Amino acid sequence: MTEALFNIFVFPGFLFVAVFGLTAEYVDRKLYALMQNRIGPPWFQPLADFIKLSAKEDVVPQNADALVFKMMPIVAITSILTAFLYMPMWGSKALFAFKGDLVVVIYLLTVPTLTYFLGGWYSRSVYSMIGAARSLTQLFAYEIPLFLSILAPAMLADTWSLSEMSVYFSTHPWAILCNLLGFVIAIIALLGKLEKVPFDIPEAETEIVAGAFTEYGGRLLAIFRLAIDMELVVGASLLAAVFLPFGLGYGPAAGFALYLVKVLFIIGLISLARTIVARLRIDQMINFCWKVVAPLAFLQFIADLIIKGATR
Amino acid sequence: MPEREVKLTIGPQHPMLKEPESFLLTLRGEKITDMTVRLGYNHRGIEKACEQRTYIQDMYLVERVCGICSHSHSTCFIQAVEEIAGLQVPKRGLYIRTLISELERIHSHLLWLGVAGHEIGFGTLLMYTWRDRELVMDILALISGNRVNYGMNTIGGVRRDITAEQIPQILSAIDTLEERTKYYIQVGTQEITLRERLSGVGKLSREDATHLGAVGPTARASGVNRDVRRDDPYAVYGELSFNVITDEHSDVYGRTLVRVGELMESYKLVRQILKQMPDGPVVVKAPRKIPAGQAVSRYEAPRGEDVHYVKANGSDKPERVKVRAPTLANVQVVAHMLKDGYLADTPIVIAAIDPCFSCTDRAIATTNIDNGRTDRMDWPTLRKYGIDWYSKQGIDFAELNRKLRTMRESN
Repeated sequence: MTEALFNIFVFPGFLFVAVFGLTAEYVDRKLYALMQNRIGPPWFQPLADFIKLSAKEDVVPQNADALVFKMMPIVAITSILTAFLYMPMWGSKALFAFKGDLVVVIYLLTVPTLTYFLGGWYSRSVYSMIGAARSLTQLFAYEIPLFLSILAPAMLADTWSLSEMSVYFSTHPWAILCNLLGFVIAIIALLGKLEKVPFDIPEAETEIVAGAFTEYGGRLLAIFRLAIDMELVVGASLLAAVFLPFGLGYGPAAGFALYLVKVLFIIGLISLARTIVARLRIDQMINFCWKVVAPLAFLQFIADLIIKGATR
Repeated sequence: MPEREVKLTIGPQHPMLKEPESFLLTLRGEKITDMTVRLGYNHRGIEKACEQRTYIQDMYLVERVCGICSHSHSTCFIQAVEEIAGLQVPKRGLYIRTLISELERIHSHLLWLGVAGHEIGFGTLLMYTWRDRELVMDILALISGNRVNYGMNTIGGVRRDITAEQIPQILSAIDTLEERTKYYIQVGTQEITLRERLSGVGKLSREDATHLGAVGPTARASGVNRDVRRDDPYAVYGELSFNVITDEHSDVYGRTLVRVGELMESYKLVRQILKQMPDGPVVVKAPRKIPAGQAVSRYEAPRGEDVHYVKANGSDKPERVKVRAPTLANVQVVAHMLKDGYLADTPIVIAAIDPCFSCTDRAIATTNIDNGRTDRMDWPTLRKYGIDWYSKQGIDFAELNRKLRTMRESN
């Protein structure tokens, strides 16, 4: 019982992911700033923002559905935390693992976007509603490429379990190289999921203020922002587990250090991507995802099918 | 998004806007079907204030019409005053005026490039251009002592001379800026997302640009070959050689190309000015009282043609000053460019005319055509309206006024 509570609240649960998420936000912001010729925030800035927001009053708009409005940040953070429990961190085995955990993780990572939609929609403000509608429109554009790109290595390893996948890839190291295209696609889709430039359309500041989060403030916004930071960590961990499953046989300590390096590397790639491009329009984003990214994801899938047939 | 119309107000307070202004958009999904602009949040009554102050005071006031093109307005005003007074400004003074105006154009266009980047979510472009803009700001501070309101102009010339030591510093900064601008041209023409976001957005045909009276880079990007510097040369532009940049894209991308092209021309002009600048005095003594008369002065500000009208009556104060800032000429085309566009393009289309709303703002008086009633109020009516409004809210000023009176009397 104590161990379970420790796992949920301290490691690898809430406390660890929260600290890691805030660190990830710091790394992202600092890299972004350095690449833009700025100094960037000090290391405690994300934590300071969190504390400042938490100290503020919660305001629920008069027209909003108060229950949904207050529930959504908590639902978002819970689903992300749950997804993290299935991430392998210090080797090929996660804390909780079963056959098919990959599908559960992907499912749990879709829930936050739905909470942004519901939270925004039930705020009953024009900006929030447009932002909410955009989140959902965007969801349909990036989810398919993301699923396909993660499905390809899973199919190659012939399993739905993250742990078994990493076991397969450590015995067949060459197979990692087959999925480089999938890795790029997954990074693009992750940018869409995390609503970062060029896909920060749902919260385009200069158009619709803060999108779905316009009416949020105080503790509720703090929780939402923490959830987004954690989503960054969980998304990067998922990609690290699926696409970079090397160096797993050196014991827990080295494995954990390597895991951190991999996640930070993926966060670095995300910062780089958002430094060098402008925000797309929603129609351009959907065109790009369906006409370029999704066919490429199919290509990756077919390539893996052929490789699998050839090596059998 | 359900296919019904949504009314979205942008402004007067909105992250898109740098100044208070209100745009009411009617949306069908992400498409804009209608738009109305409401001016008047930032009216400061500068024209009226000018009539109550002397010419010297007005010069400082007019310089504060706009925070970015401060030199444009003060030069435009002073040109009109000098014309009425019949003053011959020394050549060196005119050269220094022209130098400042070109440096101002450089800083304004770099600022615009950054704002455009910000509006389309390209933060890096904003950070880079504004970093480089510091170079030209430093040069302006070196020459005039100020970064924004230079205070260089005076009636009959300029207040400060340029020393020989300053010239190499200016030239080296211009060289660096030219190098960086070439890089931005490369980014602008090769970065795919940037080009995607700017091309085909905010279309304005040549006919519409002429018909709606667009000025400056907005008009030139639609192929209207018009520039006061060449068509009606003031200061020393008649002695300098430069190209007027035009473009046939007729969209925001074209406006970007025109502005970066003008940056390159401005670097050329600054070098020419420093090379050709003659020696001599920079200012002639001007009379305190300006003889009766009137004059219109035109000036090519970074945002387009600026027009000032001054009427003098022989005293030390002008009888009437009228400012037609370039944004006033351009603001009409915004509604036209936004029609049938996307909501996502609104910020960049509005930003593409490089608006300066506080320069433009007018006091607006409407008259109801049905009953002929105006919304104008005289001072006693406004006072009464205010008191009634607050008493309806449950705030009574009668008690406070009585207290204030007793306090004053006891003192």
